[in-house]
Amino acid sequence: MAGALQIELVAADRVVWSGEASEVIARTSEGDLGVLVDHAPLLSLLVPGVVMIKPVDGAIVQAAVGDGFLSVADNHVSILSEDTWLLEEIDEAEVRHELSEAEANNDDEARHRAEVKLRLLGKAA
Amino acid sequence: MAVSLREYRAKIRSTQSLKKITRAMELIAASRIIKAQQYAAAAAPYARELTRAVSAVATFSDVDHPLTTEKESPTKAAVLVISSDRGLAGAYSSNVLKEAERLTEKLRGEGKKVDFYLAGRKAEAYFTFRQRDFVRSWTGFSDKPSYEEAREIGNTLVEAFNVDESAEEAIDPARAVDELHIVFTRFRSMLTQEPTTIRLLPLEVVEGTEPPDEGELLPLYEFEPSTHEVLDALLPKYVHSRIYYCLLQAAASELAARQKAMKSATDNAEDLIDKYTRIANQARQAGITQEISEVVGGANALADAAGSE
Repeated sequence: MAGALQIELVAADRVVWSGEASEVIARTSEGDLGVLVDHAPLLSLLVPGVVMIKPVDGAIVQAAVGDGFLSVADNHVSILSEDTWLLEEIDEAEVRHELSEAEANNDDEARHRAEVKLRLLGKAA
Repeated sequence: MAVSLREYRAKIRSTQSLKKITRAMELIAASRIIKAQQYAAAAAPYARELTRAVSAVATFSDVDHPLTTEKESPTKAAVLVISSDRGLAGAYSSNVLKEAERLTEKLRGEGKKVDFYLAGRKAEAYFTFRQRDFVRSWTGFSDKPSYEEAREIGNTLVEAFNVDESAEEAIDPARAVDELHIVFTRFRSMLTQEPTTIRLLPLEVVEGTEPPDEGELLPLYEFEPSTHEVLDALLPKYVHSRIYYCLLQAAASELAARQKAMKSATDNAEDLIDKYTRIANQARQAGITQEISEVVGGANALADAAGSE
């Protein structure tokens, strides 16, 4: 395989993860999308869900993202979402608390965020 | 004499404790500026990628989007004023408010009505005191804004701008605006911060964050699901990110202004302490001199009385 993908997983206020990877799988509005090296340039919308990054070396990186978008160009993949968390940053008890609070306050956005995080945990467990 | 000596000593003590407070505030502001700058640096990658994406869509499509379209005859403008929550920052807040007043004059001169949206307790107090109307205000985060706040402000403003688009979103049509301006303080350096006005909506040139390199060719993107939908999703995020940028700039400026103000307060306190110490020393010396002359005068009087007998 020639080269690798340069990945940048970016949240609004920080770079969550960046590095070289061989494959990225993300959920876009059109369905799950896998990106390999030399993918055609693409700008696509992300829906809240799980992003999986297979780094060139090391364990698979999983992250929960909210609404956002994914751009691919010249083997450079940027995954942008205002809310992004790596799997290891998520604490289940905290998320359950957030979820119950969001339900109590009828805050759809917060509930949605918490659900995405839980989905990631469920998938990883 | 002795009374004024005591008075001056009390003044010296209170000035000293005042100096400790202003010194502490100066140091706190200084350390927070560094953090504020780190936040700004951390937000840069997102802003950069977003700007790239927006310019990519703008380059490869001629889609008209409500957020980018100029209204033919704008009649109403929204002004978001970003000030601080607390004072003791020199002329920081009043400079922003002055700039806002200037902008308001200009907009009214163009025949537009102005709706105010305020961030920061100082702006709120300014408007409340003058009994002037504002639509909404946000407070409590001026020196450490988070993205959540930027998103909330952004959503409110985009709603007001987009009012005729989403008819089912029951928002008061009286609040609909045709353009959106932001007044904030740009952080140039630790020494200079300038109150600045930008027009955010309808979207126009990108300023502030570094644009993608001029010579760089944008790849021929495919847009999924469609150019229009991508633009639809991107632009509100772009607005949020711009507002976040302004909030961060304002926070850094506020802290720098506070540091400067507190530094000069500390310096002034030192001068005062020097001055009072001199006066107190003089008073003490005068008191001693007087006591001696009283003793000497008393002794002489006794000696004279003894001698004359």
